[in-house]
Amino acid sequence: MLSFVLMLIAALFFTGILIRTKSLASGRKGPGIFQPVKDVIRLFKKGAVYSETTSFIFQIAPTIYFSSVVMAMLVIPFGHSKGLISFDGDFIFFAYVLSLGKFFSIIAAMDTGSSFEGMGASREALYSMFAEPAFFILMGSLALLTGYTSFQEIFYALHLGSYISYALAILASFVLVMIAMIENSRMPVDDPKTHLELTMIHEVMILDNSGFDLGLILSAGYLKFAMYGTLIVNLFIGTVPYGYAIPAFFVIQCILAVIAGLTESFMARFRMNHNAQFIVALTSVSLLIFFGVLLISGKFV
Amino acid sequence: MNYLSIKNNQTVSIAEIPETDYYAFRVLVVGMVVSHPERHCVNYFGYQQEESIKLICCIADDFLHVINVLSCRVKASDSLDSLTSDCLAFEKFEREIHENFGVFFKGHPWLKPVRYPVDRADRSETIANYPFWGIESEELHEVGVGPIHAGIIEPGHFRFVCNGEQILHLEIQLGYQHRGIEKLFLEKKKLIERATLAEAIAGDTVVGHSTAFAHVWESLCGFESSADIEYVRTLALELERIAIHTGDLSAVCTDIAYQLGSAVFGRLRTPIINFMQEWGGNRLSKGLIRPGRNPFLFTPELAVRLHHVLDVFEPDFNEMNKRLFQLPSALSRFERTGIVSYEDVLSIGTVGMSARMSGLNRDIRSSHPYGWYGLLSHDPIIKHHGDVYSRVQIRKQEVVQSMGYIRTLLGQIPDGVTPQDTSLEARPESFAISLVEGWRGEICHCALTDKKGELMQYKIKDPSFHNWLALALAVRNNEISDFPICNKSFNLSYSGHDL
Repeated sequence: MLSFVLMLIAALFFTGILIRTKSLASGRKGPGIFQPVKDVIRLFKKGAVYSETTSFIFQIAPTIYFSSVVMAMLVIPFGHSKGLISFDGDFIFFAYVLSLGKFFSIIAAMDTGSSFEGMGASREALYSMFAEPAFFILMGSLALLTGYTSFQEIFYALHLGSYISYALAILASFVLVMIAMIENSRMPVDDPKTHLELTMIHEVMILDNSGFDLGLILSAGYLKFAMYGTLIVNLFIGTVPYGYAIPAFFVIQCILAVIAGLTESFMARFRMNHNAQFIVALTSVSLLIFFGVLLISGKFV
Repeated sequence: MNYLSIKNNQTVSIAEIPETDYYAFRVLVVGMVVSHPERHCVNYFGYQQEESIKLICCIADDFLHVINVLSCRVKASDSLDSLTSDCLAFEKFEREIHENFGVFFKGHPWLKPVRYPVDRADRSETIANYPFWGIESEELHEVGVGPIHAGIIEPGHFRFVCNGEQILHLEIQLGYQHRGIEKLFLEKKKLIERATLAEAIAGDTVVGHSTAFAHVWESLCGFESSADIEYVRTLALELERIAIHTGDLSAVCTDIAYQLGSAVFGRLRTPIINFMQEWGGNRLSKGLIRPGRNPFLFTPELAVRLHHVLDVFEPDFNEMNKRLFQLPSALSRFERTGIVSYEDVLSIGTVGMSARMSGLNRDIRSSHPYGWYGLLSHDPIIKHHGDVYSRVQIRKQEVVQSMGYIRTLLGQIPDGVTPQDTSLEARPESFAISLVEGWRGEICHCALTDKKGELMQYKIKDPSFHNWLALALAVRNNEISDFPICNKSFNLSYSGHDL
């Protein structure tokens, strides 16, 4: 319960801080921290417009996408408090419920019949496919290290005792940050600000969505960011008492948003064919973590 | 001799231009251009004269600094051997002549419509039934972009044939922006109206086109332009170059999602165009250049201001460039993206930056100097790779070069004010040509007058006319997601092409 509430609060300001960082870095004043939320509220007040070529898939997809993210949020724990749902193997549930949402957003994009959206859908499918092994090798290694298979137990049992395990936590947070960037279509993989359909990945898939549906998709994006941020926070807080853990949560979330904003300000997006290489490279970082775990647990001679 | 050699901005009587039959004309033109990189066609057009059509071809010779003009007379029903089959650079000119008059060119690959003028020969050719080159394949797919675009740009349709993410072929369909400017030049009789029209040919090349018009008109009227009038034009051309190049660098950074570059170059463009506002009352330099007079004198006070503007501009511009060209993620987007080879740019006859990027020296400022360029002894900046990186580098270096020229010019402000009430009367039955190097490349304006000294034909060629084909070649075998950066690195004009 605690994690769910914290994530909702973080989602309110995460994207706002990111955008504000970008504005300040380019010498502009920038919109208020809560502007993204205000935008979503405005969209929720509107009706949606549907193209005549689309079927019911296109109409249900945003709702399924949004609810898949909410369901994934339910299993995320916070320190020693469990998520609203917790069971053995819930990290697999987490990954695949997100995939379900993504699947619907992909077929909804294909449903519009637009050549742009088809391209975006194929790119999104490719990159999430490459990102999947990185996530599973990472979580599998942590499960191997701790001997548990649910988020809450894994994170609770994760004691950062030795130098090696600190190194592992840093690598793990790098992998998680990058997966968060890929899943949320941010730089350096995707450029959320561009107006050029041909270079978009996620944005081009939602070109046809409007009003309420667009509001759902945008808010799912904000929640996703907060969700991955919480996963990273969990790597570090373990058994720390709430008095310290909750402020630490917000500090880490803000730092993540600022890092994402600075990355987007001071580098160019990757060339599209370098994206695949970059994402596959994440898997090799996860493999490093896996070997580290084998070293620690003495299974690797 | 079957052709007439004239200088840039020279007026001759139409009767002096030798007229031959098409066969001799064709042999002469092909002989002049083929395997002579120093000669290229700057304008080739036709106009109705009684029952027949008179074709005029102007070929610039960069070594001899002259323009060879030759003409012939054909009939609309004729079927002629095309020049394109020997020299690809005539492809678009012949399409245009075919579209306007219905003359058929044998051996031309595909006489597609260019810009759909109202009085075109074949009214059944409409923008809706443009004959695209199509594919019938299960594996390949087509992507259509435009004519309405996501950004605030002009209309144009791009049809890609792709193999997955890879572009195999791009066809660019233009003509949406056709306003009949050349016709309007004949209909509008007042000089001020014509000067305003010239400014509207391409909104980003106001100085370039209005200078070309002023030169043509002054030449037709036998007006000897004074040093202070030409000084203002040269200065404005270089300022326009700085402003647009800087804006383009910003746009290129936007397209690779490099926010810092986008913001800084965008900010740097502003003081330059604000200076134009201070000087002539318009940020886009409209109203600054008029034939036969100098509406806005360049005073020593303005020179002090401009010195200051450049002194503030230069360190920031250099620092930002240093950062941009040291940023690995930006370089990986620029290098080896959108390459056009020297052979290709030569055969399709690109001009300006789109030629200099691949090692082809085409710069009117050095080959056919006008205004104060003779004194500046301009040395064109040439790159050899023909990729996005070359085009961005040219912009950067040309801005630095232009700043140098402006500083030189600022040290020699001419005094003496030309009387403002000169009446300009065009000479009858004359032909005038003017070449100006705008920031995008060579601009060519030709004018012909009738027996009463009225304009009979006005022909404009914007650098974009040829260069669009270079873009189509550049993106082949590139990823479709790199198209925007290729497009922006050329930054061609839709309205300049469509007229």
